[in-house]
Amino acid sequence: MIPSKFDYVRVNSIDEAIQQLKQFNGEGMLIAGGHSLVPLLKFRLSEPGALIDISRISELKGVRKEGDRIVIGALTTHFQIANDPIVKEYIPVLSETVRQIGDLQVRNRGTIGGNIAHADPAADLPAAAFVLDAEIAIHGEDGPETMNIDSFIVGPLITMLPENSVLTSISFAIPPAHTNAEYLKFSHPASGYPVIGVAVVAGVGENDVIDYIRIAITGVGNVAYRATSVEEKLLGQTLSQTLLKEAAQLAAEEGDMASDLFTSEDYRRNLCKVYTERALKSVFYSN
Amino acid sequence: MKKVVGARLKRKEDPKLITGNGYFSDDIQLPGMLHAAILRSPHAHAMIKSINVEEALKAPGVVAIYTGKDLEGKIGPVPSSWLVPGCNLKEAPQYPLAIDRVRYVGDGVALVIAEGRYAVRDAMYLIDVEYETLSPAVGQKQSMQIDAPLVHDDIENNIAFHWKAGEIPEEVCENAEVAIRQSFYIQRVAPSPIETRAAIGQYNPGSGELTLWCTSQNPHIHRMVLSGVLGISEAKLRVIAPDMGGGFGGKIGVYPDEALVGYAARDLGRPVKWIEERNEHFTASNYGRDEVLDVELFGKRDGTLGAIRVKNTHNVGAYLSTMGPGVSTIDFGLMVTGCYKIPYASCETFGVYTNTTPTDAYRGAGKPEATYQIERAIDLFAKEIGMDPIELRRKNFVQKEEFPFTNAQGLLYDSGDYEKPLAKALEMLDYNKFRETQKELRKQGKLIGIGFSTYVELCGFGPSKVAGAIGFQGGVWENATVRVHPSGKVTVYSGTSPHGQGHATTFGQVVAEKLGLPMDDIELVFGDTKAISMGWGTYGSRSVAVGGTAVSIATDRVIEKAKKIAAHELEAPVEDLVFEKGIFSVKGAQGFERTFQEIAKSANMAWNLPEGLEPSLEAQSFFDPENFVYPFGAHIAVVEVDKETGQIEVKRYVAVDDVGRVINPLTAEGQVHGGIAQGIGQALWEGAVYNEEGQLLTGTFMDYALPKARFFPEIETAFTETLSPVNPLGAKGIGETGTTASTPAIMNAVMDALEPYGIKDIEMPLTPEKVWRAISESEGK
Repeated sequence: MIPSKFDYVRVNSIDEAIQQLKQFNGEGMLIAGGHSLVPLLKFRLSEPGALIDISRISELKGVRKEGDRIVIGALTTHFQIANDPIVKEYIPVLSETVRQIGDLQVRNRGTIGGNIAHADPAADLPAAAFVLDAEIAIHGEDGPETMNIDSFIVGPLITMLPENSVLTSISFAIPPAHTNAEYLKFSHPASGYPVIGVAVVAGVGENDVIDYIRIAITGVGNVAYRATSVEEKLLGQTLSQTLLKEAAQLAAEEGDMASDLFTSEDYRRNLCKVYTERALKSVFYSN
Repeated sequence: MKKVVGARLKRKEDPKLITGNGYFSDDIQLPGMLHAAILRSPHAHAMIKSINVEEALKAPGVVAIYTGKDLEGKIGPVPSSWLVPGCNLKEAPQYPLAIDRVRYVGDGVALVIAEGRYAVRDAMYLIDVEYETLSPAVGQKQSMQIDAPLVHDDIENNIAFHWKAGEIPEEVCENAEVAIRQSFYIQRVAPSPIETRAAIGQYNPGSGELTLWCTSQNPHIHRMVLSGVLGISEAKLRVIAPDMGGGFGGKIGVYPDEALVGYAARDLGRPVKWIEERNEHFTASNYGRDEVLDVELFGKRDGTLGAIRVKNTHNVGAYLSTMGPGVSTIDFGLMVTGCYKIPYASCETFGVYTNTTPTDAYRGAGKPEATYQIERAIDLFAKEIGMDPIELRRKNFVQKEEFPFTNAQGLLYDSGDYEKPLAKALEMLDYNKFRETQKELRKQGKLIGIGFSTYVELCGFGPSKVAGAIGFQGGVWENATVRVHPSGKVTVYSGTSPHGQGHATTFGQVVAEKLGLPMDDIELVFGDTKAISMGWGTYGSRSVAVGGTAVSIATDRVIEKAKKIAAHELEAPVEDLVFEKGIFSVKGAQGFERTFQEIAKSANMAWNLPEGLEPSLEAQSFFDPENFVYPFGAHIAVVEVDKETGQIEVKRYVAVDDVGRVINPLTAEGQVHGGIAQGIGQALWEGAVYNEEGQLLTGTFMDYALPKARFFPEIETAFTETLSPVNPLGAKGIGETGTTASTPAIMNAVMDALEPYGIKDIEMPLTPEKVWRAISESEGK
């Protein structure tokens, strides 16, 4: 459980980080909280030539409201997010989701940027990112750019993060005031990762018609995803228990389910149905 | 002064440990120390065609690399220490490094020594081993088949031993009104102490003394076995067990790794440190359990049990571990009747070699398995005849007045009152009300279940005569020295070797009460073969019952001698001396007193001792009990099953244990809690899995599910006290009761919850998917 040899440099600005990435010519990796990367290093599954430590770049930390979005610096820890008053007020589903990541030690060290950039298919965070229409801000050699979470995560541990660039912040859309949200998770008894995690943000308008709905599912397959066909089924419909049941059934039928030592594809499909239905019920009927 | 024995004292050990001042193996730093790493086989079964160490030897900092061939003739095989007689036991030699063939994933192939723990690992990865893979033997039942690959060429059908005990007249089984037949798999589990294994060797070429610090539950056994393996005099080998982060049986074993470290330290003349890595631990450290039990329970419709017949097929792994052979035979096979008066019993055990990591004793060792099968079978029997499981248990309990009681397999249960803890547990739970609530909740579609486990456990190893008769390669008596310093402060030396249990506190309490001293005046020394002449370590819930008794007797001897000195000084006959609360006084003569401290000084100065009395105040005891001790109790679990997902929630857990005299209720509860967590871990979450190629699929904590605190409700504990006649403390063992009782309690509760579906059994661990499948199948989905 000891990594192979690597160089280490600490940088104090985004520009410096990019410069170092260029210098190590594809051999350098950024490290912040280290909670995704260090285990890979210890198992020697990843053997970078250098670690470029960005954890002290102060401009990458903190939470702020910008118009109708909440912007969170990449270095903000899960613990800070879970307890941040702005997050709790405007996007409570994010607070609820990060509160369920790992354990206290992990939440104290792990950062939102590292988590999203690592793109673990079993991570909790992408579920919230999808329902809150997350935008990923990236600073590369040609300056800043943004990408939607949809196009950013493309596969297990695979993102569209360009070479020699730094993920600087993630912004989340504030859902309409009349919506409710839920993140419901079945955690693996060993790893604590979601075997399934369902995030829902939804609201009903006049005559019990569903006028806002976002559903995202993580853990079940190769990559977290927004269940758009399920959303389409629900949007504009009159709320009923039967409707939610049908929607959950659809989520289960349409999702790509993986299997592993702990669960089969069949069982995951069942979980997808049950957890989607429960999350929907909780959002629509809890108050 | 308040009673000290029985007081809820906080642990003496903890201030040191929780302030980071513990001294664990990895804290040891010696001048010039080298680091070791062991290259292990990635294959379950393969021939070693060649090992090329050239590149590795050139790596920076590398000092030496040893292969199995290099060590041939220089270091012996590591033997098993439990050679159970009468079972045609075939022990394959386990050389510290594989010579030409590897037999499990994790089998040692090369030992690398280098300057620094980073360098040694970098070098290890440069060793090039060419293997020719062979078909592996995986799974005990498959590995007994005629066409199964052989783990050791000269051991037919991979059968390591075939043991039998007990006879049942044929007609008892044939004429039985009720026969329950069920197979259970007690799956393989990883002891997983928070501290992995470690060894540090230091050799003095001048004196020829080798000091070996290692994570051992029994340093004297390590010394005895390793002196043979390394060919070094026991008098020149010092084994020290420093502070340890748990063992759970996984650190009983004498492993090849400690022998390798000792060898390298001597060969190189420099200290060598080896710290096992966590992922290495999953392949290189002994596992527990892995037994297939085929059980038949016979009896009458009125609930009278007549006989139990059990076959145990035990996966021993690739080699026999230190205690391995005893677990599924003696420990299991003699306890199959549990706490019931079943007239006949028989047990047949096959030990089977496979290409997997060896299995050894794990918390409870054989007794949890025995308890599991009888407690599960009893429930199935109750269901079959339509009797309440409590009533069936009560009907067949060994009754209070029948103790000492000889069970069907010939073991003598020392004392018991099985109704007492059961009644208390039922009261704590409010059983009758529970059944009403359960009915209500079932109507609402909720699946609530209750499960019982009334157990008896064999522990307190033990009478040495019996140990010899059952092939244990050691005595199991215990040794204590109580040394009183001139100031009256006391150092106690014990041959037990705690690694988290809190002996310094409980043994201290025994001494403090007897001598009338504050706890702070008593220091305990364990785990150093140079400080403690002999001893047999800590396992099998033996420490208080055997080691604590030795401490108690040695303390009595100190008092006896001190009385002679006090009598001499007070000019009174010894018979008239009274010793109470640390004061020697003369019966009926007020004011004639000496304090314990005054006598301690007199004894050590020896200025004025009675004629013929030797100086100093110190006594030793070697206590060899007449019998084992048999703690018992009743555990009740309440669970709720989510019928849509199969998830199980433990709602309540009530444990009433009777372990004889409780020295410290606080540490006793700690033992019960930990034991229950491990036992429930077996029932619900844990389980090592190998695939057909013999590859371990659960090699990290990402896949191997250890119980977490948040998985449990608050555990409700209580004790009843039925003293043991076997030792003067009246104490039994507590370390393994929770593990023994809790696994079947949980299983029975889940099966009770699933009763509406007619589900009788599900193989452990009860993962949500297995439960969901069982429900789905019964619904005909």
